[in-house]
Order: sequence, then C-alpha cells, then structure tokens
Amino acid sequence: MTTDPENAQRHLTPRARAALALGGLAGRASKMTGRGAGTQVSGRVMLAVAPDLLADVARGRRVAIVSATNGKTTTTRLLADALRAAGLPVASNHTGANMPAGVAAALGREPDPEIAILEVDERWVPKVIDPLDADVLILGNLTRDQLDRFGEVRSIAERWRTVCDTHPDLTVIANASDPHVVWSVGGHPNVTWVALGAPWRSDAATCPECAALLTWSADSFRCDACGFAQPPADYRLDDNTLITPEGPLTLDLTLPGDWNRMNGALALTGAIVGFGIDPAVALTGLRAVDVVSGRFSDCRLPDGRDARVILAKNPAGWTEVLRWLEPRATAVVLAVNAHVADGRDPSWLWDVPYELLRGKAVAASGERALDVSVRLDYGGVDHLAEPDPLAAAARLTGDVDIVASYTQFTHLTRATW
Amino acid sequence: MRTSAVRVGLVFPELLGTYGDRGNAVVLVERCRRRGIEADLIEVSAGSPIPVDLDIYLFGGGEDDAQVMAATGMRESGAAIASARSGGSVVFAVCAGFQLLGTTYEANDGEILDGLGLVDLATRAGDGRCIGECVVVPDAATGLPTLTGFENHGGRTTLGPGIAPLGRVTTGFGNGIDGCDGVLADHLLGTYLHGPVLPRNPALADHLLGWIVGPDALTPLDDHLVDALRAERLREAQLTGLAARRRDWHLNRG
Ligand SMILES: [Zn+2]
Repeated sequence: MTTDPENAQRHLTPRARAALALGGLAGRASKMTGRGAGTQVSGRVMLAVAPDLLADVARGRRVAIVSATNGKTTTTRLLADALRAAGLPVASNHTGANMPAGVAAALGREPDPEIAILEVDERWVPKVIDPLDADVLILGNLTRDQLDRFGEVRSIAERWRTVCDTHPDLTVIANASDPHVVWSVGGHPNVTWVALGAPWRSDAATCPECAALLTWSADSFRCDACGFAQPPADYRLDDNTLITPEGPLTLDLTLPGDWNRMNGALALTGAIVGFGIDPAVALTGLRAVDVVSGRFSDCRLPDGRDARVILAKNPAGWTEVLRWLEPRATAVVLAVNAHVADGRDPSWLWDVPYELLRGKAVAASGERALDVSVRLDYGGVDHLAEPDPLAAAARLTGDVDIVASYTQFTHLTRATW
Repeated sequence: MRTSAVRVGLVFPELLGTYGDRGNAVVLVERCRRRGIEADLIEVSAGSPIPVDLDIYLFGGGEDDAQVMAATGMRESGAAIASARSGGSVVFAVCAGFQLLGTTYEANDGEILDGLGLVDLATRAGDGRCIGECVVVPDAATGLPTLTGFENHGGRTTLGPGIAPLGRVTTGFGNGIDGCDGVLADHLLGTYLHGPVLPRNPALADHLLGWIVGPDALTPLDDHLVDALRAERLREAQLTGLAARRRDWHLNRG
C-alpha cells in the first residue's frame, strides 16, 4: 500500500474540514448534555454541512464494509484488530454507529489511517458503497430483526444483490451457509465463500430464487425446484477450526460462544483474502480481542454488585445467547421492551427457547415484563416479574446476567458509553 | 370424557410461523395438560402431507413467498382437512393462515390465488399495512371476552353473505373493510390477531378446546399472569385509540 498516510487529510475540501469541525463540536455538546455518545449527532451535522463528506473522508483509503443482521460490530472489530496486529493503521466505527452519519463521523475523527474497516447497517450498504469507493464487502447473515418490518429480509437481499451485480470489481467475502446471502451475491466474479454453518434456519424456509421449499441437510441447503444451492466453500468453519486452502487454522478466540467463532472465521478470511495478511499474524490480533462494545457490557447494581449485560436483538440472537448461558449462568434477568428499535410486536418471544433457563433463578423484566412472564410460565420456567431490570437483578443472588433487548441494553449501559 | 390425547397440529411452522405462532399451539397443549387432559403437539413440516387425524389444525402467519408455498401444500391436503372437519376437528388460523381459509387471496405480485375454500371469504391487497395493537369485541352470544392482539398485515378481507366475523374492532383495523375482524363459524375460527393471540386470550384458547373436549372438561385455571398482561395491553390500546381519535378530531377541525 503506497498511499501517503496524510493523503486523506490533505485532500479534504474546506467545506469538508468545516463539516468535520462543526460536527465534532455538536458531538461534544451532545455528549456533555448527556444525550448519548454524540456520534450520530455529529455525523448528522457533518452531512448537513457537506453532503459529499463520505467520499471526502474515505478518499485514498482501502475500505472494507462489513454487514449482517447479527455480528457485524464484532466482525468489524476482529478484522480491524487482525490488520492492526500486522502493523497496519486502521480507522473504524468501533462504537457501532453504522449509518452514513456515524460512518462519516468515525472516518472524520481518524483522518490518517489508510485502511478503513466499517460496519454498515444492512439497509444502508447500497447508499454508502459508491461514496466510500469500497474495495472489500463482507456479508455475514440475514435474519429477521425487528419483527414488524414485514418482508425485510427479502428486501435487504434484493438491495445487496443490486450492489453485487453493479460492482464486479469488489472483493466479496460471504457466508456460504446463509441462503439469502448466497442469493444476494449471485454470480459475482470475485467472491470467496466461507461456510459458517447455519444454526438459525427459521428465516430461510423458502428458496430466495424461486420461492420453493429449501431442502436442508446437516450442513447445507439446496432447492430441488430450481437448482439454487449452497456454493462449494473456499473456507469452512469446523467447530474451533477454520479450514482454508492452505490448511487448518485454530481460532482459539478469547470472545465466547459459537457465534463469535463465526464472526472470527469471517474476519480471518477477510484479513487473508481482502488484505493479504499472514494468517498467524491475523490470529494474534483476533485472539487479543476480549471485549466488543455493543454486545456485552457491565452495569452496577444498587447493592454494589456488577451484573453482565448482554444484548439480544432478535430471535436468532436470543437463541445464541441462551444456548451460551445455559451451562454457565445461575441467575438471569430477561429485560424486554417493544419500542420501534426492539420490534413493537414481542411475539418473537415464542420463537426463543426460554425453556433452557429452567432451574435457574430467572426474572421477567423490562416494559414488557408481563409478556415475558406469560411466556416463561407456559415454558415451565419458575421466575419472578419485576419491570425494573436493576431491581429485578437485586432480587437474585450470585452473579447475574441481564439479557436485554435493544433499548433496554442502551438504557442499562448508557453510563458506560 | 375422551380417552385419547388431544392432537394439536402446528401446520407448516417453517412457512406459517412468522409471528410466534408456535405459542398458540403451546398454549392449547399446556391448557389441556394443566387440566389432566392428555395432549400432543404435532408439527407438520412443510413439504409433508397434512394428516387427517388431528383434532386442531393451526395455520399461522407468514410472509409472501412462504404463504404461496403454504397455500399449495394446504390445497394438496384439502381432502384430508375437509374429512377431519366433518369428523369434528377444529380449524384455527391467524393472518396469512386466515386468508388461506377463504376462496381467494391476492399475492404480492397482484395475482389472485386460490385458498382452501373452507369458508366464504376473500382477501385483496390494501393500501399500506395495518400494524399495531388491535382490540376485538366478540358478539355477546359467543361468551368470549374482549380480545387483545397485535396485527401486521396488508390484506383486506371481505366476508361472504351470512358469514359472521369473530368480533367488532374497537382499536386497529382487523379485516380492514367493515370494522370487524376475523371469522367465526362452527369449529372454525380465523383472526388477524398475533401476540400470539392465544397466550394473550386464554378464553379464546378454551373456546377452541371446548369444541374438542366439551365445555365441562374446561375446569378453571390460574390465569392471574395473563389477566395482568391483558389488562396492560387493553389499557395500552385504549391510550393508542384515544390518541388517534384526538388526532383525527384536530385534523377535521383544522
Ligand atoms: Zn429455487
């Protein structure tokens, strides 16, 4: 990479510089008045002052976009640190601000690094791909997120497909085990397939190509009606090992859970294929990541104990978290809201195997504590109901895990943002 | 008193399970077991024929492609369902499943497709989706209380002459034509209500079970958790309804 590290900064227009300065000011003001991390506010101000800012702040950089329903924040962080382990300077939106404003703000804050690893909200990929002049596109998975967004998986797949169709020069790294991702990538000439396995199949019953029923075997899918099928994988995740064309690589991540192995496998492939990083070096970077903002956090209980707060955004995410907690946790608070960002219809509670929590100390909590409570009751899970998650946690003894829907999570962890 | 277990069939959960519809089946089974009535949850996977020997056929909600696939499978098993109906089995359907009970429905590409034709109703696509808390008041003669649910659908359903709805909508849209929701016939019930609807409305679950086991077998259960949830949801819907009416009032004056 021969780009002058000062290149990006030096080529900024006066308008872009003014936008960055004003946006920074607005962000600090927003943070001081306690309204949040300030990233979204500052990004919005920036884009209002300079609509072409995304292109300006990305110019001269090698850009990778990471998108998925679940795991994009973690995958982004793992990939960025894999590259940093190789001594490459990397800019990234590590706070999880993943819409255009947040991406602009993040790049504006870090003008120097010649590489940008950017998490982008699924719906916004088509809008940012050209301004960012992205080189690498990493696609993880597509599942239902907010339940009241009807047809969302399908419509995102269509948008991703347009992006892939119209950008043949991209280096695409994509999950071969997810039918919607595979359909989105289509016949892209430069794709590397990573088979991550498909633990959550509930949102992929029908063929994205012809709508017939998909046939699933233990580790792959196919459509008998039109021949749409899982592509042969170049890289394949097998438990803790990524099988690569050059041989097996043991992941041994510090981050817990099967889902993080999937994120790690995708990030590692991205580092190798998208940036030519030596696998052994990339692995040292991946393994050193122990906390990712956005999924886990701690909060202080009224009695001085710390509780771990875990974000679960959708049925696939809840299921992953519960499977991980089942052998570990003793006391669990389930904190569920139903605002727009959580999904206004909590009927997904019935798609999640809360029965895994039988025998533990459990509290139903959040604004929709009663929905959770009825669900637990029919699932045979003894529990108490208390809408305030901190008060609920205080009533449980020992180490407490609070699993929280989106707005509950941001509320509980705001102090640490 | 019946001697065999109540067979609750969850039909095509991969296709018709978008809105936690499994919850409806779980509640039916669990409310039997809590009364000492044996009950089994039988899942009919998509692609398999629907068996003739189920006591309750549960068709849930689904997205567009899934609904088309489900319709095909249901029509292929139409004879089995009709035969089970004549033997006293119950059909309970929600949202996409409810639409499929009728003669026709409109797919998202505008094509008019055949439903099961179990009851005279037809569904067309409407302008915009009906999303939000929904409250339905059944006719007093049914003995059913006010029902609470969450609706999310683009269809507008018209009932044929002489076909009775499940109830009158006081908050939300329901069938979206005449202020009513769903359909209620002998041993057949359809609605746009999710939530899922049976966890939120145990009386409706018991209404369905009563058709199978007889009303005398339905001994009272402790529903204090659900009662609290119902009260909360109905209060919430009332506030939403008030806000909407206030907005309309201001709009009409302005
Ligand atoms: Zn196909």
